[in-house]
Amino acid sequence: MANAGDGVDAAHTVPDFTREEELHALREMLLIRRFEEKAGQLYGMGVIAGFCHLYIGQEAVVVGVKMAAREGDQFTTSYRDHGHMLASGMEARGVMAELAGKRGGYSKGKGGSMHMFSHEKAFYGGHGIVGAPAPIGAGVAFANAYRGDGKVSITFFGEGAANQGQVYETFNMAALWKLPVLFIVENNRYAMGTSLARAAAQGDFAMRGAAFGIPGRQIDGMDVRNVKAATAEALDWCRSGKGPYLLEIQTYRYRGHSMSDPAKYRSKEEVQRMREEHDPIEQVRLRLLAAGVAEDELKKIDATVRKIVAEAADFAMSDKEPEPSELYTDVLA
Amino acid sequence: MTINVLMPALSPTMEQGKLAKWLKNEGDEIKAGDVIAEIETDKATMEVEAVDEGVLARILVPGGTENVAVNTPIAVIAGEGEDASAVQAPTAPVTPPSAPQAEAGEAPATQLAAAAEAAAPAPKPVSVATPPAVSAAPEVPAGTTMIPMTMREALRDAMAEEMRRDPNVFVMGEEVGEYQGAYKVTQGLLQEFGPMRVRDTPITEYGFAGIGVGAAFAGLRPIVEFMTFNFSMQAIDHIVNSAAKTLYMSGGQIHSPIVFRGPNGAAARVGAQHSQDYAAWYSQVPGLIVISPSNASDAKGLLKAAIRNNNPVIFLENEILYGKTSEVPALEDFVLPIGKARIARPGTDVTLVSFSIGMTYALAAAEELAKDGIEAEVIDLRTLRPMDAATIVESVKKTGRCVSIEEGWSQCGVGAEIAARLQQEAFDWLDAPIARVTGKDVPMPYAANLEKLALPSVAEVVAAAKAVLYR
Repeated sequence: MANAGDGVDAAHTVPDFTREEELHALREMLLIRRFEEKAGQLYGMGVIAGFCHLYIGQEAVVVGVKMAAREGDQFTTSYRDHGHMLASGMEARGVMAELAGKRGGYSKGKGGSMHMFSHEKAFYGGHGIVGAPAPIGAGVAFANAYRGDGKVSITFFGEGAANQGQVYETFNMAALWKLPVLFIVENNRYAMGTSLARAAAQGDFAMRGAAFGIPGRQIDGMDVRNVKAATAEALDWCRSGKGPYLLEIQTYRYRGHSMSDPAKYRSKEEVQRMREEHDPIEQVRLRLLAAGVAEDELKKIDATVRKIVAEAADFAMSDKEPEPSELYTDVLA
Repeated sequence: MTINVLMPALSPTMEQGKLAKWLKNEGDEIKAGDVIAEIETDKATMEVEAVDEGVLARILVPGGTENVAVNTPIAVIAGEGEDASAVQAPTAPVTPPSAPQAEAGEAPATQLAAAAEAAAPAPKPVSVATPPAVSAAPEVPAGTTMIPMTMREALRDAMAEEMRRDPNVFVMGEEVGEYQGAYKVTQGLLQEFGPMRVRDTPITEYGFAGIGVGAAFAGLRPIVEFMTFNFSMQAIDHIVNSAAKTLYMSGGQIHSPIVFRGPNGAAARVGAQHSQDYAAWYSQVPGLIVISPSNASDAKGLLKAAIRNNNPVIFLENEILYGKTSEVPALEDFVLPIGKARIARPGTDVTLVSFSIGMTYALAAAEELAKDGIEAEVIDLRTLRPMDAATIVESVKKTGRCVSIEEGWSQCGVGAEIAARLQQEAFDWLDAPIARVTGKDVPMPYAANLEKLALPSVAEVVAAAKAVLYR
């Protein structure tokens, strides 16, 4: 099968972005990249602990999807979730404080990296169980259908999760009931240390819904324009009452599965090639430069983003731990 | 040789049913496989096929007769060459070959005979093994009109009332809609509320439990029915990891107002994989509320409370109790408090604590003990989490002795929790070690005698009570 970025889905031409869209995408992706780099740094300092799964390399996926989504469409994902939260509009400081286990975090420090939510931003987690976002996202879609409010629930999981039984139970019900849900398989090629060739009998994840009549498409997820365009088509399908849609978005994570993963299951050259040839942020940056945008303007965007992230880190470090009394709150409503 | 056609059992727990109609007349020739009659229970309508050949000589129980006990002769078939007109009705009812669930389900012989007498008016619905004198919930105002109702009807009414009250409430599960419920608890709901709100699911517990939780996150109030809680093990990940923990993990932002309900524990003769009691399993989990009622009134008031509650609620019903009738207050909106035990029978000498079908043993044992001059106080926990330990402690302060009764296993069981709390909170009042009567520490056997041995019995409760009384 094709590698991410190697021009899969040649039938669809990559649509152009306007300059505003390019700048928006650059800013959003840079925010995630810088945020994750900082999170990695804070992990090394012991400010962040436990499991911490970085999204570096995959930024175009969630940013492109978000650009195609409508106000009110919901996101649900698994534990590599910081990018999804930032793309949803959740504040960097609240996310970083949660990573640090501080009271100003989105979950008051009680959820951590893998378990964050925002009703306001229609972000339904942040789930630590592989495969769980499939039925939960479909349940959110069930509520949309129940209310007939025209919203589409967008739920993300990895190609590793795509082998879970509950995903197929969900595909069946979502198709049977024509739920407005967009299933997105973020195929970053490694389920922790297991390459998809070693885990999947059939590696074309866009086909995984075919048995249930769910249309699927496999796209290059390193080009944010491509992600936006494919997502927009998929969302149209879901919103028009035709039921679920499955997008396999091929991507790549530069870092290990989590902070403690030395990533010995792949070569340094492979990672290097992806970074050099397919980096989603660099692609946008080069296009903007080619279109005549001044280098300084791009540097300014980076500086703005760095400032947000630095402030988030300062907040996360200076914020207090939760009150001990918080131990017993929020167990029951 | 004449052959008696007996009233068949259509399910493991069926004790009686209605002989709806005969499809053959006296004098008709019958071949094996012919449908000769239709039988209705509160769960289903089924056809009775002839197994033997001959002439339908006598119909002993006419069509339309209610409450015909299982194994009552309902017709006589005359063999080849016999004079069908000379065939007499058997004078005595056929004794059931075995009587599983003796305490909970013995069919009175007099009733069999009554049914066989045919045209006699249908006896008043007799609840087999009616729990002795259940006192009404203390929450019911004095003077309230009470209506006899099965637990099945009470549960259905609770759901229907809450669905009328709140458009966000819906039911999903296997066979809840068109089939009218595997145990007929959702009977009529599809007709009233339509397929969007009464949603039949494929047999995929893990998936639909997760979909239910997602819908609850998004503001709906799902009632997820498990055909039995044995199948909830497929879904326990979403019950515990997704429903129970998310309020906490979200810092109070995301609620899971969802009820997981269905029959729990042993039914009758369904073997190890369909007979497990999950009371202790779910009771262990913070973030869950666990309710397990013993009678129709509590079932109705607590299910309504569960549906209105903003937390995930595990509502453990019992198949054997579904058909039991008890008094339900005729109140427009009868909602009971969650987390409050009920003193089902006041007493002074020993405290018996149980819940769900365990109350059947506890109350029967209290009757037995009273014959020996021992006044047992019987507490029905009703809610297992949060557990109303205060009511148990207050009782033990009076009696100094306690026996817990449950059908589940003993290790880390509900009784173990009661014992731990009592030794912490009422140690100085205890005059004897706390005794536990539980299901035996084995997978549930199929054989009738072994199954009976595996479950608690009234005799075991009586013996335990006497042991803690040193009598």
